[in-house]
Amino acid sequence: MALIEISNLAKHYVSGEETVEALRGVDLSISAGEFVSIMGQSGSGKSTLLSVLGGMNHPTEGEVEMAGVKLYTLPGERLADFRAQNLGFVFQSFHLIPYLTALENVMLPLAIAKMNNQEKRAKAKEALEQVGLAAKVDRLPNQLSGGEQERVAIARAVVNKPHILLADEPTGNLDSKTSDEVMGLFRELNKSGQTVVMVTHNPENCAYTDRTIFLRDGRVVAEREDVAVAEVCTLASGRG
Amino acid sequence: MKLHNISINNLRRRKAKMAFLTIGLMVGIATIVTLVTLTKSMSSDIERKMDEFGANILITPQSNDLSLSYGGISLGGVTFDQREIREEDLAKITAIKNNKNISAVSPKILGGVKVADRDVLLVGVDFDAELKMKQWWKIFGDAPKNENEVLLGSDAAKALNVMSGEEVEIRGEKLKVSGILDQTGSQDDALVFAPLRKAQKLLGKEGRITLVEVAALCAGCPIGDMVLQIAEKLPDAKVSAIQQVVESRIHALDQFRRFSYGVAAVVVFIGALIVFVTMMGSVNERTTEIGVFRAIGFRRSHIMRIILLEALLVSFLAGLLGYASGMGAAKLALPIMAEGKNAALVWDTTVTFGSISLALIVGILASLYPALHASKMDPTEALRAL
Repeated sequence: MALIEISNLAKHYVSGEETVEALRGVDLSISAGEFVSIMGQSGSGKSTLLSVLGGMNHPTEGEVEMAGVKLYTLPGERLADFRAQNLGFVFQSFHLIPYLTALENVMLPLAIAKMNNQEKRAKAKEALEQVGLAAKVDRLPNQLSGGEQERVAIARAVVNKPHILLADEPTGNLDSKTSDEVMGLFRELNKSGQTVVMVTHNPENCAYTDRTIFLRDGRVVAEREDVAVAEVCTLASGRG
Repeated sequence: MKLHNISINNLRRRKAKMAFLTIGLMVGIATIVTLVTLTKSMSSDIERKMDEFGANILITPQSNDLSLSYGGISLGGVTFDQREIREEDLAKITAIKNNKNISAVSPKILGGVKVADRDVLLVGVDFDAELKMKQWWKIFGDAPKNENEVLLGSDAAKALNVMSGEEVEIRGEKLKVSGILDQTGSQDDALVFAPLRKAQKLLGKEGRITLVEVAALCAGCPIGDMVLQIAEKLPDAKVSAIQQVVESRIHALDQFRRFSYGVAAVVVFIGALIVFVTMMGSVNERTTEIGVFRAIGFRRSHIMRIILLEALLVSFLAGLLGYASGMGAAKLALPIMAEGKNAALVWDTTVTFGSISLALIVGILASLYPALHASKMDPTEALRAL
């Protein structure tokens, strides 16, 4: 059974008299352990899709079922609880909390967990080790490089062992060498069983993923199984 | 890592912002502490000064006759056959429960005498008590220092045509005029004042008192209570409060108090506004941060707790510092404001706890809306949704 099941998903934004249809009838199924990238031009609806998947943006129509739970039928703050227990987020600009150290940033999702402080520290240290930052746990974000900040953000996203890791343009602010390292890290996490859904502009990133979904004007227009699309990714990345 | 660690770390590592917020509220609290303390200290000082200024309780013998005088004009002439209070009764006045509130007791003996063929009213007084009570008296010359000296009211001196240093003859005794009162506009202008003992002797009323004027300190004691207490001790006397004096004192103090509290209210409002604007600005600045909190699963109540805990910590600090600096300012300002060294700073634990509680209440109330606003922020902000 699929881990994520999206059916007939639509999201409309009303701005004055104009209605923007960000998503129009998206059907999608993602299995556990998959590494899926979502590509498309600006305004294609990929970030909206990710926010709907993240339980933060109520769809206008359709349903999102995740790990057997119909996300948007959850009452009130239960949706927040669902995010805390099942989802991890990596944001484009890292969005680390500037006044918290690397370790404290990683411990952030555990701040509301019922767990003693030692356990929280141990888990956060383990996550930082996993991303290769064990030596910089006490640094504040502004004392870390862009790549290191991204690693802290990834460690924060996986510290509570979420079912699904959602990443929004994770290499958008990084140079190509650091991007490769970060994508390698995502791949490693995926190999260890982590389901990853990533929105990206960068065709090179496709090479790391199992499947790429292309969006245009709020619709899924192609997947990487299509030969032509696969070739685009392969050529762009130089890998394959 | 708990929610409070987020609040504490934010305050600890954003010192400039925290300092601004703390100072904003601290200034408000300090101003209130200064004003309240100054008001309290000055009130007790003013109360003391005002209470010493004239009598506010009058003790006269019981009489069924109605007085026939108004504003110093008497239609019935001087009543010579008044019943008198006994001198030993004076000790009973100072033995009442609220005796600490008694500032001065001035017994008087009254009697008509002939001086240079003119009828004048001789008043025997205890000059120490009388001078303490009538601080507005200006004497040309000196107050009587011995039994053979008298003090004349300005009209009496004019009518008798005597100057300071000259002598007057009363009932065969020659008495030196030690001084003459400047015009007071009151009944005092027409009187001849002699030391109590001498006057009693001249009038043949040894050990008798016609009336007693009492200056009572109003602080912490309604004048009505004291009147009842004295009346209980002196059942044969008529004890009455000079309501006009009492009321005007209470009124003057009330006005002063109301002014201070008005100023304090304005300052609290400004303090609250500073907290509100700063917290609102801080929340808006932290939109992304709050979005991240929501995205990783913090509930709205968690966000509110973070913001309100920050407000609580800052308010507590502002309350403590505000109290300390407010008391410091009051200590510096009191000698200048009270125009004297007698006014003492009132240390009141109500002010201590009150200022800290007020800081907490103002800080929390002013942060309530910003916290609510923060908790309602759309988490998609953090994910730069379309």
